[in-house]
Amino acid sequence: MRLEPREQPSLLITLLYPALAILATLVFAGILVSFSGANPFSVFFLVFKGAAGSQFAFLETLTRATPLIFTGLAAAVAFRAKLWNIGGEAQLYMGAVATIVFGTGLLPWPSPILVPILLVVSALAGALTLLGPAFLKVRFGVDEVVTTLLLNFIVILFVSLLLEGPLKDPMGLGWPQTKKVIAEAQLPKLIQGKRLHFGFILALAAAIIVWIVNTRMALGYEMKAVGFSPRAARFAGMKVDRIMLKTALLSGGLAGLAGLSEVAGLKGNLTLDLSPGFGYAGIVVAMLALLHPLGVVAAAIFVAGIFVGADAMSRSAQVPSYIAQVMVATALLAMVTALMFTRYRLRWK
Amino acid sequence: MDALEILFSATLWAAAIRIASPLIFATLGELISERAGVLNLGIEGIMTVGAFAGWYTVYQGGDLWLGVVVAALAGAAFGLLHAVLVVPLGLSQHVTGIGITLFAASLTYYTYRLAFPEVTSPPKIEAFAPWPIPILSDIPFLGEALFRQTPLTYLAFIAAGLVGWFLYRTPAGLAVRTAGENPAAVEAQGIDVTKVRIAAVVAGSALMGIGGAFLTLSAFNSFYFEMVNGRGWIAIALVVFGSWRPGKALLGALLFAAFDAYQLRLQQLTGSFVPYQVFLMLPYALSILALILMSRRAAYPRALMIPYRKGER
Repeated sequence: MRLEPREQPSLLITLLYPALAILATLVFAGILVSFSGANPFSVFFLVFKGAAGSQFAFLETLTRATPLIFTGLAAAVAFRAKLWNIGGEAQLYMGAVATIVFGTGLLPWPSPILVPILLVVSALAGALTLLGPAFLKVRFGVDEVVTTLLLNFIVILFVSLLLEGPLKDPMGLGWPQTKKVIAEAQLPKLIQGKRLHFGFILALAAAIIVWIVNTRMALGYEMKAVGFSPRAARFAGMKVDRIMLKTALLSGGLAGLAGLSEVAGLKGNLTLDLSPGFGYAGIVVAMLALLHPLGVVAAAIFVAGIFVGADAMSRSAQVPSYIAQVMVATALLAMVTALMFTRYRLRWK
Repeated sequence: MDALEILFSATLWAAAIRIASPLIFATLGELISERAGVLNLGIEGIMTVGAFAGWYTVYQGGDLWLGVVVAALAGAAFGLLHAVLVVPLGLSQHVTGIGITLFAASLTYYTYRLAFPEVTSPPKIEAFAPWPIPILSDIPFLGEALFRQTPLTYLAFIAAGLVGWFLYRTPAGLAVRTAGENPAAVEAQGIDVTKVRIAAVVAGSALMGIGGAFLTLSAFNSFYFEMVNGRGWIAIALVVFGSWRPGKALLGALLFAAFDAYQLRLQQLTGSFVPYQVFLMLPYALSILALILMSRRAAYPRALMIPYRKGER
């Protein structure tokens, strides 16, 4: 058995295999659902209804997609340059910490000044969190996968320390949580009385900006070149290490914005359960989007829909909501396999 | 007791060896896989699967040793999935490994919730009891530290010896090592690189599964969510720290665990002066430090993470 590169993958194949990957994910999830005794088709219908069956459901999906767009972009930017940033979770939390530090009264300024400042500091906090592992990679050749993964654990403990110490809300009845951000720091709701907030618009803007960087700016080209072949990029006169560090700042900054958006747009304060794995889910979003920034928006809405829909479904049917995580992970594995088959064909001999 | 006295207490070293045990299994598993040229980032999820599969087997009335075997088989199954995706199909070992971890862990949690929809406190089993080794366990200090452990701990040390013997003293071990250094040379010997690599990943994943099962069958007696808690990632750091050699990796795991056991006791000593989170961070910070220290000397298997395609250069 061997793999043979396809000369020119046809449009049919480029579309067919990813579709098959989604189908395989649904079939696998359906089998798992049937183990619970429920009818897979009615469960999938409930998931769909919970994700997009009403205005409320769809707005909830968009709300959940907001942090995923940021973490998805963070992963997409980094992976395109073959910087394996698995630390979106840590960067998100550091962005949230920065939002709390500067947004709970330290800077008593009106919204139009305060919110842009919060954008900058949260992005900076996330960026600096990834800069460490990126520096260790370029300077000492330390594998960034392991360091970013380990940093996730360190940062969550650091946040726990802050929540029980310096950032603890004195009025919080002993709960490990921070004060709420002041009214001027809050991101406005997009629709009166609904949860969807301005963070979603920021996320869309971020996707467009990354797309412009990728396609129109030298840095976007350099990041792609470094990802394709660091040796060739160096040979072409590019400063590979500096490009790597710039990629890290961009990627970490995007993930930091997810923290800002969740705190200032939705939750108001910081707790240890701010992110149910948005950093890791962002990796899946980026892969499903083929690392394309605009695709990230669609993939984030898709993944958010599975999570929101599965939550709603598990309230009425006796199927654990963990089915959502299984589906998302299966989709990731199925999609990377499918993409390989759009570029190679299998030859049995 | 002061900080120095703790260092010379047998209970500290007994605890260190206990803490090291799951890391030894996991590190050996990752080491075999990487020696064959395949990074296995599925380790964290594979340990979760092993922890649950072993525990559930015993909970259903199976023997403890049957639990260990089932954990190994469950680990091997997910290892096989990883191997098929990254060896013959040549997918990115980073992305696939993270995918395997997400897949294996979420599947475990789904199964757990399916089996126990309503439980609030996790059900318990009768875990492995310590096996004091006759005569040896009566030696002062050493006996208490080394020879009153549970059987899986002895197995961890035996496994380290076996892996070392296998890699350096058998033709199959040579094939594994060469597959990670110079796969074309393996092919020239008429050995199928793909098969060698798949076998190494599967065998390594079985060890990771046992490492996970140590947590539920020996260290604790029930299964908790998130119980692997980064041990897989620490094992990956330990492989680098041990320069891809089983003996050094074993020493690294022991050193690491001794430090971990020591900080736990120091934590009680300092009271609330230093926040407990600082102590909990130490193992992860130590792993990063180990990676930095070893980076200059890191002798990566030369073909690590490079897919092999016959006839391609």
